Amino acid sequence: MLEVRNLRKTFGDFVAVDDVAFRLEVGGSLAVVGESGSGKTTTARMIAGLEQPTAGSIAVAGKERGPGRPRGAGRRARAREIQMVFQDPYSSLDRRQRVRDAVAEAVRLHRPLRGPALAARVDELLDLVGVDERQAGSLPRALSGGQRQRVAIARALAAEPQVLILDEAVAALDVSIQAQILNLLAHIRTTTGTTLLFITHDLGVVPHICDEVLVMRSGQVVESGPVPSVLREPQHDYTRRLVASVPKPGWKPRRRAQPPAA
Amino acid sequence: MSTAPAPVLPSAGRTPPVRRRRLDTATLAAAAVVGVFVLLALFGPLLAPHDPNAVDPLGVNAGSSAGHLLGTDDTGRDILSRILCGARASMAAPALVVLVSTAAGTALALCAAWFGGWTDRLVSGALDVVFGFPGLIMAVLAAAVFGPGLAAPVIALSIAYLPLVTRVVRAAALKERSLPYVSALGLLGASTPRIWLRHLLPNLAPLILVQATIGFGYALLDVAAVSFIGLGSQPPAPEWGLMVSNGAPGILTGQPQQSLYAGLMIVVLVIAVNLLGSGLSRRLPGGAA
Ligand SMILES: Nc1ncnc2c1ncn2[C@@H]1O[C@H](COP(=O)(O)OP(=O)(O)OP(=O)(O)O)[C@@H](O)[C@H]1O
Ligand SMILES: [Mg+2]
Repeated sequence: MLEVRNLRKTFGDFVAVDDVAFRLEVGGSLAVVGESGSGKTTTARMIAGLEQPTAGSIAVAGKERGPGRPRGAGRRARAREIQMVFQDPYSSLDRRQRVRDAVAEAVRLHRPLRGPALAARVDELLDLVGVDERQAGSLPRALSGGQRQRVAIARALAAEPQVLILDEAVAALDVSIQAQILNLLAHIRTTTGTTLLFITHDLGVVPHICDEVLVMRSGQVVESGPVPSVLREPQHDYTRRLVASVPKPGWKPRRRAQPPAA
Repeated sequence: MSTAPAPVLPSAGRTPPVRRRRLDTATLAAAAVVGVFVLLALFGPLLAPHDPNAVDPLGVNAGSSAGHLLGTDDTGRDILSRILCGARASMAAPALVVLVSTAAGTALALCAAWFGGWTDRLVSGALDVVFGFPGLIMAVLAAAVFGPGLAAPVIALSIAYLPLVTRVVRAAALKERSLPYVSALGLLGASTPRIWLRHLLPNLAPLILVQATIGFGYALLDVAAVSFIGLGSQPPAPEWGLMVSNGAPGILTGQPQQSLYAGLMIVVLVIAVNLLGSGLSRRLPGGAA
């Protein structure tokens, strides 16, 4: 489904991403893990086409993705290949656009729906991510970070993409909301068959959502493979340290021992 | 771990201040004054008690009276009627300057911010050159070269005001386009015109409006100055800047009413427009206090 070869990005003399390569099958899910600054976002942006790779190639469903921004139908076809949910939920939505309108705009770019049919599709997407009627009619500023992240996911799904990239989609959220979003993503994966590329700096959340994992450090892939084997027998020192910092393989979202003092 | 309530720190844990503060009294008053001036521009001629160009050789330089509330000028024309009838002409030229410079400046700014690279360098470089010429001098030169009248100064001032508008809007547009929602729209396959018209412009509109408001004050002064030195509106047009200069000899001979009242209109409108502009700018996201 998604094949990345020799991906490289330099900013001046600085090598942000160095020779990253992986394959992801249809319906698969790959976690990209690494500490801050390891090049995860840069990799994701290159795959999504938001950043021009210095070298390397990206193919979706066997089709090479060229540089530049295609026009008209080509642009919308490309949108149906890859969608991305961004790291910062607070600026991922137009602050002047009601949630429902934002999702409707995305739907209309990909399906010739109007009136009740459009509204039904928007409701379906908002239902899927668990955004209720009242939130749907609000401006983004009335929504919490987790709610906005859900809207961003619904908007991305409106394009019915083959690959969905989530860049630290849960990093800005607290632990219980994290768990909700992770469950939501697992649900979306099973109901829509979307291929997931899940970027995170937290190895602990990986088993809940991904089958495969790829560990990055200073722009390079240090280790990759199926999640259970990488977590059980990490080959690389760096991965071992990452694994050691996670409570235990069967990680459950931690709950706060007591409510925070008022 | 103690369960004792944490000391309440000032501002800690409070909800962030609501961005849409109510407008303060000064701004509201300024808006009301500007509103009155706009009404004058629209309906001034209907309110004028006399023909603004009717001379009265027997009643020159008269003081206030029941017949002539603001007195008469050096040819006996009713000053109140001239001020009311001149409102439109006095405000239309600066409004046109602001309209043209704002529209063109916004378009240039969006192109520079959106396309970046050489487009941005070309726009910024060209405007740096224009920025070197003060607007009033360009307007006076234009009138001197192309002949008196407001057309040439309006064009010159529109160009002179471009750099400021473009710089402010470009900086804001750069910030706006770097927000993830714009990338998300691009990824969804939204066209560039759609992103500009439906998303970037509406989000930049408040800032553009504030810029235009403040720019109008400057344009009003500049246009009045061009008319004052005799290169703008030509007699007998009842334009305020021209009236100030027509009445100037009267100031020395104890009949200041023409310059005084026409000048007062300009000053009051400029102050009101500036107060309104700065009041509105405080409501912009990230605006001071
Ligand atoms: N536009 C840019 N210009 C210069 N350097 C950049 C640019 N974008 C990213 N970098 C650098 O590339 C490196 C990788 O950045 P990237 O954002 O991909 O890291 P990340 O793994 O996503 O980190 P985080 O977990 O903090 O989001 C960083 O050192 C960063 O400073
Ligand atoms: Mg990142």
